[in-house]
Amino acid sequence: MFILITGLLLGGTYALIALGLNLQYGVARIMNLANGEMLVAGGFAAFWFYTAGQINPVVGLIVIAPVAFVVNWLLYRIMLQPLVTRAKSRGALEVDSILATFGMSFAFVGIMTWAFGGGYFNYAFLAQPVEIFSSSYAQNRVVAFVLAVVIGGALWLWLTFTRTGLKLRAVSVNPAAAPLVGVDVRAASALAFALGGAVTATGGALVSMFFTLDASVGVLFTMKALIIIIMGGVGDIRGTIVAAVILGIAETAVARLIDPGLTLAAAYLLFLLVLLFRPQGLFGKARG
Amino acid sequence: MTTREIRNFIIAAALLALCALLPVYGSPYWLTMGTTMAMFAVLATSWALFSGPTHYISLATAAFFGVGTFVTGLGFQSLPFWALPLIAAGIGAVLAALVGLVTLRLSGVYFVIFTLGLAEMVRQVVTWVQNQTGHRGMYVLTSITEREIYWMLVGLGALVYLLGWLIGRSRLGFALRIIGNDETVAKHLGIDTALAKVALFMVPGAVAAAVGAMLAPRYIYIEPATAFAPLLSFQVVIMALLGGTGRLWGPIAGVIPFTLLWEVITRQAPNQTLLLLGIAFLLIVYVLPGGFVGLWDRLRRRYGGQP
Amino acid sequence: MIRRTIMTGAAAAALFAGSLGAAGAQDTILLGAAAPQTGPLAGGATVTHWPAVRLWVQQTNEDGGLQVGDQQMTIELVEYDDQTNPQQAIQAAQRMATQDEVDFMVAPYSTGLNLAAAPIFAQLGYPMITGTAVTDQQPALAAQFPNMFFVLGRTSVMAEDTAQLLVDMRERGDLGDRVALVNVADAFGIEMAGISKAILEENGFEIVYETSYPLGTQDLAPVIDGARAAEADAFIAWSYPGDTFALTDQAIVQNFAPQVFFTAVATAFPAYQERFGDQIEGVLGMGGVNADDPAFQEFAQAHMEMAGQAPDYWASAATYAALEILGQAIEGAGTTDRAAVLEYLQDQSHEYATILGPVNFNENNDNERYWTVGQWQDGVFRGVASQGRDGVTEVETFDGWN
Repeated sequence: MFILITGLLLGGTYALIALGLNLQYGVARIMNLANGEMLVAGGFAAFWFYTAGQINPVVGLIVIAPVAFVVNWLLYRIMLQPLVTRAKSRGALEVDSILATFGMSFAFVGIMTWAFGGGYFNYAFLAQPVEIFSSSYAQNRVVAFVLAVVIGGALWLWLTFTRTGLKLRAVSVNPAAAPLVGVDVRAASALAFALGGAVTATGGALVSMFFTLDASVGVLFTMKALIIIIMGGVGDIRGTIVAAVILGIAETAVARLIDPGLTLAAAYLLFLLVLLFRPQGLFGKARG
Repeated sequence: MTTREIRNFIIAAALLALCALLPVYGSPYWLTMGTTMAMFAVLATSWALFSGPTHYISLATAAFFGVGTFVTGLGFQSLPFWALPLIAAGIGAVLAALVGLVTLRLSGVYFVIFTLGLAEMVRQVVTWVQNQTGHRGMYVLTSITEREIYWMLVGLGALVYLLGWLIGRSRLGFALRIIGNDETVAKHLGIDTALAKVALFMVPGAVAAAVGAMLAPRYIYIEPATAFAPLLSFQVVIMALLGGTGRLWGPIAGVIPFTLLWEVITRQAPNQTLLLLGIAFLLIVYVLPGGFVGLWDRLRRRYGGQP
Repeated sequence: MIRRTIMTGAAAAALFAGSLGAAGAQDTILLGAAAPQTGPLAGGATVTHWPAVRLWVQQTNEDGGLQVGDQQMTIELVEYDDQTNPQQAIQAAQRMATQDEVDFMVAPYSTGLNLAAAPIFAQLGYPMITGTAVTDQQPALAAQFPNMFFVLGRTSVMAEDTAQLLVDMRERGDLGDRVALVNVADAFGIEMAGISKAILEENGFEIVYETSYPLGTQDLAPVIDGARAAEADAFIAWSYPGDTFALTDQAIVQNFAPQVFFTAVATAFPAYQERFGDQIEGVLGMGGVNADDPAFQEFAQAHMEMAGQAPDYWASAATYAALEILGQAIEGAGTTDRAAVLEYLQDQSHEYATILGPVNFNENNDNERYWTVGQWQDGVFRGVASQGRDGVTEVETFDGWN
């Protein structure tokens, strides 16, 4: 039971890390290597709110999420759209977006180091235990998990049942054909990218409650997020959540029952199995 | 051989000699810079041999490089040093073949992510094994000087160029160009696309491992975190793409200016290095699509001149 | 293409030349420093390395500089970011020596970067006094790099002292036999865990839970749960900053309160205390200082004023002391000639007055008096075990997360 719940909590954390990137990569077709830095920026903002203003990080989201939305929308419009317009093929866009966002991640780390210094950041918020089935867990992890469920559920409902969501999914499936049915691909992509950035920053604010962050740590989160979205299937919210939870439980089980030194190896083994047997991802559709 | 090829060969040999003599006429500072450049030139050129024609972006350089440094770390006391890069190259090639067999059947995205994760996974397995065996920190204390490392790298570089030239003339090179243009057409022509790709992927794997083995004496203290640092993979990709992967000389045309740019930025802005590097990087992506090779081709097209 | 490359090279060379300039007349000493400002170790270097280096330069200049022969020389600091990359650390040392033509260099931060830069320091003849390299290879290293000096101590001794502390506590009747031993899976963690395990087993302790976790792991609930399930009396973790925080956090959440709770690197950081407040009373960690020594208190005060943060209770002081030693060697040699200063340092009869207390180097260029284990007592991290240092405090039993 301990393994299951700890794994679920970890899975929730992973979902927070990966959901935003899935929107950015699945719909806007940008493999955003600066995603982890956006997450750390969200975490820093939450830290700053908490230490300077005693504002609790969950409340801080009211400011952090919209600001991240606007920033990412501008990023897409100014920096990334030219690349999309320029790219002749999906492959060319992939190369360009990898290069550009890698450059951005450097720049972001530079900016954060300059603004906040290179030291470690953490704070104690809801670090008290809560009892579930006679084991204790950190309250902040439980809160983060609940919010991950809420955010993931809301995104899924929105994508599935609203008109805008339908447009986004159309772009995700086939950006070339989407204009034929009256979808403004540019606007939809910008929206997806901005929304993804907002979700990522939100995730950052939430994980900062229990992770120690520093300006250079973002790349670790980017790597994790990439693995999860590929496992779950690009462009599918359900897949990301399922993959995140599976990964969380598998890693916890390996850590507790076999050896914590092999968690990453376990993650890659899972990843490999998915690749071999379902190369389109757990929930992905076969590519046409 | 045509006269043009002979001419190119003479130029290449002259340039190679010029590089090899750097320790003689250059200052120690330029030797250090030269070693860094030679390392990246070898890595980027071998990377482009595979990624240029196939358009697969490999981020596995750090994994192979790290394996190479560990080969030296484990073997330098019991084996002659010249044997270590060879062993490393062998292990690198086998590892690359395994990875290639698993992932090269899939489309590009999975390959990118998997190679990115490979360095992390190998690092973790290596440390886990070290942990199980109670291994101590690894110190490579040798009498090998920077000058000797530089010469080894230049030699390896010459080998890579020769290999690239041979592949370009061979059936394999031809097959790969077709695959790069259209994989379906290639299959219809009866080319075993997977096998061709795997065979070629072994080249950067072997070369990067050999480079790692050669550079281990420079680092002295071998620890997984630095040996497998993922930054290396990205640096190689960026430099190769900055130069352009369409020609054999493309990557080195990216390596030299990029290393100099990196050095200038580090010097001029010691406290904002990363920020400026990021900006320089973005400028390269936006201003120089196709790298220097692309620019060169465009210029030549504009001002006439025969290829 | 060739022409373009040459032109780019020429332009870069011109830029280099332009930035040289200020080598001027010798009334200042140029001191070069390259250490992480970004990259994986930037967090540690920002706490430990940079403030100590800057503070020493500032204080020395406020006192009028160093007395070199009959000349009073102030110090000018040249800083570079090595991005936690050995390649860059090597290049930075080379650049500082040959391009900036600095008179002396500060040793880099961390064991790995120090060793990567060691051949360049040796080749160029710069004294290298490290405050942040811990290794067991001092004899071999000193033989190969006679210019390299070690202030912080030896890894094996630190692991031994930690294990010995447990033996002593058990003799006093404060501790049971069951030990949980975990480590971060890299060279440091593996080595320390190996040594402490051997000594603990030799002394009849039972290792009831033993595991390692990958570098960068912050989800350590399973590790704490495992140690708790094994009913360990003592918890020893050879950990790095991120995991030190995460382990402590999880231990508090799961209310895992053994009689000894030990985490390694970053336990002595001021951020550790800021994060956990007075809950950490009795927690043991790596390093320590003589917190009652006025010299250290003065240093901590100045550090606070300059950097806005307290120093860590371990390597900050060693980094500062390494520079004090360099300064005294320059003054002692009476010249900025590096060969003479190196000779002065290699003379084993010289002793240096530092904030750590007196320091001298043995035939392996090794400082034999240093702190090994510390403990949070009344909001201060005090040294509870050392090699040849005064002011060791009695170790207290850990009485739970209050």
